Amino acid sequence: MARTLSIIVVEQDRDRAMLIVDSLRSAGDHDIHIIASETGLARQIAERSPDVVLIDIASPSRDMLEELTLASGPLDRPVAIFVDQSAEGLGKAAIEAGVSAYVVDGLRADRVTPILEAAVARFHMFQRMRSELAATKRALEERKVIDRAKGILMKARGISEDEAYALLRKTAMDKGSRVAELAEALVTSAGLLS
Amino acid sequence: MNGVAIRVGFIPLVDAAPLIVAQVLGFAAEEGIALDLMRAPSWSALRDLLVHDRIEAAHMLAPMPVAVAMGQGGGAARLDVLSVLSLNGTVIGVSGALAQKMRAGGARFDFADAAAAGQALIAATRGQLRIGVPFPFSMHAELVHYWLAALNLPEVDRIAIRTVPPPMMGQAIAAGEIDAFCVGEPWGSIAVERGIAELLLPGRAIWARAPEKVLAVRHGWLTGEPDLAARMLRASWRAGRWLDDPANHITAAEIIARPEFLDVPSDVVERALSGSFIISARGEQRQVEDFMSFHRGAASFPWRSQAAWIAAQMARRSGSDPVAAARAAREVFRSDTYRQVLGPAGAELPGASEKLEGAIEAPTAVASASGRLILPADGFFDRRIFDPASIGR
Repeated sequence: MARTLSIIVVEQDRDRAMLIVDSLRSAGDHDIHIIASETGLARQIAERSPDVVLIDIASPSRDMLEELTLASGPLDRPVAIFVDQSAEGLGKAAIEAGVSAYVVDGLRADRVTPILEAAVARFHMFQRMRSELAATKRALEERKVIDRAKGILMKARGISEDEAYALLRKTAMDKGSRVAELAEALVTSAGLLS
Repeated sequence: MNGVAIRVGFIPLVDAAPLIVAQVLGFAAEEGIALDLMRAPSWSALRDLLVHDRIEAAHMLAPMPVAVAMGQGGGAARLDVLSVLSLNGTVIGVSGALAQKMRAGGARFDFADAAAAGQALIAATRGQLRIGVPFPFSMHAELVHYWLAALNLPEVDRIAIRTVPPPMMGQAIAAGEIDAFCVGEPWGSIAVERGIAELLLPGRAIWARAPEKVLAVRHGWLTGEPDLAARMLRASWRAGRWLDDPANHITAAEIIARPEFLDVPSDVVERALSGSFIISARGEQRQVEDFMSFHRGAASFPWRSQAAWIAAQMARRSGSDPVAAARAAREVFRSDTYRQVLGPAGAELPGASEKLEGAIEAPTAVASASGRLILPADGFFDRRIFDPASIGR
């Protein structure tokens, strides 16, 4: 992590907080803010909008973990959680909620930075896959509507599929609108007329 | 993640893809920056935005920074080229009437043979051939001049080059203001869709590896903000690598086609990315290998010999000193910055920053930092070879 990150560290234990801060500082000139109490965590994180959240908690219950995860916004930024002990299934739940790293019994000065780096990389990879998926899903939905509109035109005017598409395309271009929007309007109005 | 905002201008063209994808898919966010993408109406407007500090970086025609370096492009601020955003990606199209005449004369419209297509075009033209290009300092103008000059069409009285912004190219041909055009995609295919033009050639048929768009910044900004420039360069390079994978073409087309970027149907955008073209309203299909390149074969490396080629062509036409022009042009193609920033990021770095242009006939392994760099064929259609060391001789 060559550049300066704003990092929120959630840690109740003062000594361990110092260990984390020293470890992070040795890796870069980061802007680090420590939150000792979990009350109002969501508000504090929302206000500061940090680049990364690092949470260290001794032995979380499922409810605690869920609350922390929700408060840290794991879909908006990389979140790494360190625990001493973990009940069965907690790690899986955290990762499924979008947490970028869930580390059991791994809080050591020399490990904090590489784990955080991996968490940041993983977060960006997932973020990219989410965006790609959203774009292709939208395209798929639009193409479905266009297919339905083509079908309506083919039946109503007795033309081929290619001709129906060409007609949609040309009308959309002449009107300065998108093919998908025109198709949507056609499908809606055909629904009204039938 | 919070990012430092960098204002980046672009013209709605498929080859703005590396910058659009860098922002939309988070390659920029990963570098801690946010590209504030601003669509400009024309190339001159875009240049003015950059020269006058209204934006920090721009998607730019490769010859524009060269023209500025030669004192021809307007504006005193030196522009530097961080990388080549794309190679090729343009098409040459003709009006329906001209296409009909050419076909009557036996033209095949094979979308491949530049010599045959050019001869057919010349044979079908009476008087002046009016050709629309997006800007006087553009690879489009250079390719058209190079092509027709090699086929012995006298420039002075037979060719009239007109400037038309890319999205307006179809309208200009429909209005009878031009007979033909050379334009970046998707605007050639859009004109085909509207039934007002037919595609004659891809730009790559004239020069197989023509540097088309570059990532340009003000020299002063690069000097003052080297770290931000490096982050933007890495983000755009990673986006280019993503775009290079054919598996990503559909997704890329969907993103680029959005209303805030190109605002055209996504399947028309896909044609340029996949090289599957429809060249006429009758639905004739043509497949072009490597219609445009973003990444492979050091496509984004700003070769100083590319700058020298552009400068030599422009100097010859304007009657200025080719040696001084090429010297100034070489300096603004920042292969040094590219090496410094992208070497550690894993880019294939060629051993040299200049090469003979047009000398590679088949994919060739060349000296590089990793030893794995293969340069694809880069020939001109007339098989001439440009030696940057020969300028002025």
